[in-house]
Amino acid sequence: MTAILTSVETSRLRAAGLSLGYAERSVVHDLDLALPDGEVTVIVGANGCGKSTLLRGLARLLKPAQGAVLLDGRSIHEQPSREVARTLGLLPQNPVAPEGLTVVDLVGRGRHPHHGRFRRWSASDDAAVARALELTDAVDLAHRPVDELSGGQRQRVWIAMALAQETDLLLLDEPTTYLDVAHQVEVLDLLVDLNAARGATVVMVLHDLNLAGRYADHLVALREGAVVAAGRPSEVVTPALVREVFGLEAQVVVDPVSRTPLVVPIGRHHRRSEATAVPNVADAT
Amino acid sequence: MTTLAPDVPAAVESVEAVRAARRRPRRRLLLVWAGLALATVAAFLARVLLGDFTFTIPDAVRIVLGEEIPAVSFILMETKLPRAVLAVLVGLALGVAGAIFQGVLRNPLASPDIIGVAMGASAAACFAIIELGQEGVSVALWGAAGALMMAAVVRLAGGSGSQLVLVGVGATVALQALVQYLFTRADEYDAHIALRWLTGSVGEATWSQIRLVVVGLLVLLPLTAMLAKSLGIAELGPDFATGLGVGPRRTDLVLLMAVLLVALAVAVAGPVSFVAFLSGPIARALNGGRRTLVGAGLTGALIVVAAEYPADYLFTDVNYPVGVITGAVGAPFLLWLLASGRTGRSAR
Repeated sequence: MTAILTSVETSRLRAAGLSLGYAERSVVHDLDLALPDGEVTVIVGANGCGKSTLLRGLARLLKPAQGAVLLDGRSIHEQPSREVARTLGLLPQNPVAPEGLTVVDLVGRGRHPHHGRFRRWSASDDAAVARALELTDAVDLAHRPVDELSGGQRQRVWIAMALAQETDLLLLDEPTTYLDVAHQVEVLDLLVDLNAARGATVVMVLHDLNLAGRYADHLVALREGAVVAAGRPSEVVTPALVREVFGLEAQVVVDPVSRTPLVVPIGRHHRRSEATAVPNVADAT
Repeated sequence: MTTLAPDVPAAVESVEAVRAARRRPRRRLLLVWAGLALATVAAFLARVLLGDFTFTIPDAVRIVLGEEIPAVSFILMETKLPRAVLAVLVGLALGVAGAIFQGVLRNPLASPDIIGVAMGASAAACFAIIELGQEGVSVALWGAAGALMMAAVVRLAGGSGSQLVLVGVGATVALQALVQYLFTRADEYDAHIALRWLTGSVGEATWSQIRLVVVGLLVLLPLTAMLAKSLGIAELGPDFATGLGVGPRRTDLVLLMAVLLVALAVAVAGPVSFVAFLSGPIARALNGGRRTLVGAGLTGALIVVAAEYPADYLFTDVNYPVGVITGAVGAPFLLWLLASGRTGRSAR
């Protein structure tokens, strides 16, 4: 908890006593959370733990039942929506493009918050869209209709749109769903690049605990709408945490590639390997 | 994937690629607009000059400029011309409104004639005619109010997604039952007048109606144009729209413009069947799958003015309301749309 408390004062985006829910069902209760500036925060948790709800709350898609989401110290719901949109970008889950829309047109819509009522499209918008397409390696797709693209290309284009918005903070809800493992890694690499290049604060919900451990600077584990642990993945991810959050017995080893925690689930059919920390060595003897 | 250097400006070639990609659909859009405008003018001229009484262009011009030719002037100035002008205006309003509905609600089925807004106008007008014995302007106001009320009810009960379409279809069925009940109580004269409020007609067009619609359009169309950008964002879905600074209230404002356009059209011509529903998808198909509000408006105008001709002359002894023709064309289109699976969000 100390890690959270120290960054509370400085974080641009944080939740204070936040409760969220749909109709009568409360999902997130009285949650305090600070998203460290300039870092990649990944929110993990079991299905239905409220991680997407929390992200939607942070992105002002849900009105808090209690408490507030603070952006630069002020309640996000009390700031003009368009102003917030110049600071905070959002990629919701499973976006669907309008029929026939071309990639440039879609990515160009990310420029909307930067336009006033009378300020029209300008050369700087062209440049921002071009840059976003470069970053996502999608310049060649510029003239293509979005609905003709493959799943991986499409996700890159959506991210390009979020990039064209040129915000300091970017929230993403499961940006890797429906992507094969190569595309998952590609998208996450891109987001880390973005974080490194622009110092952008990235907050995302991920399903895959191992990818989360690998790409997060700051990991937030949720259970039943409350924060169970938050901090560096290497400090936070332990067998006890995996048990508490997912109800899963697991070993945590060091990822041979990234030196980050790697969760190896045990399951009912592979109990034997539980006996030893390094199964490969045990088998050899 | 390229690795990132610290934020550097985009390469010149990339910016050029973006400009070129933005230009490309624009050329087609201009062609579509020009083509539809020409077709509308042609249909308009055919409607005015041809038919059971044929005018030559010089004669027509002279009459419009004020020259009095006994009997002939009356036919042109009091029946043919106002009917054609009103047809164009009503089609324009319905076409734009339908495309807005379909765009914001992200569903080609979500046009005012499917989700009960038009039926609301019909039911309210029939009620006013049959039960209250109203006529003329007051019936028009009832019709417009009915459209507005149904829009509000469907929006409040159905949210903003596919739920709204279902609620709207349900409401349409309920209102249909109400209309049928009203008809069982109507005398022949009222029933005949009320019938016009089920299909829509420009048969009794007058210049004062036209003035009303022109003023309404002069207010509503510029407002709609100002909100068109928000429509482009709203059609990405409510989550994205909020993320880009277009909140639900602004989205509702865009929808309100469409509802007012429908109310305006309905007040003078009744709910001309399926024009709002057809125009958007047709304009979109012409434009290579991309939405165009202007194109939808022109398509609506073209449909109504073109349907006016067969409505008037298809059978020598009957003068059908124009809605009968647009409905006959619209129903198969609706079936095709449902059968081809374009009503989901997975179009293509």
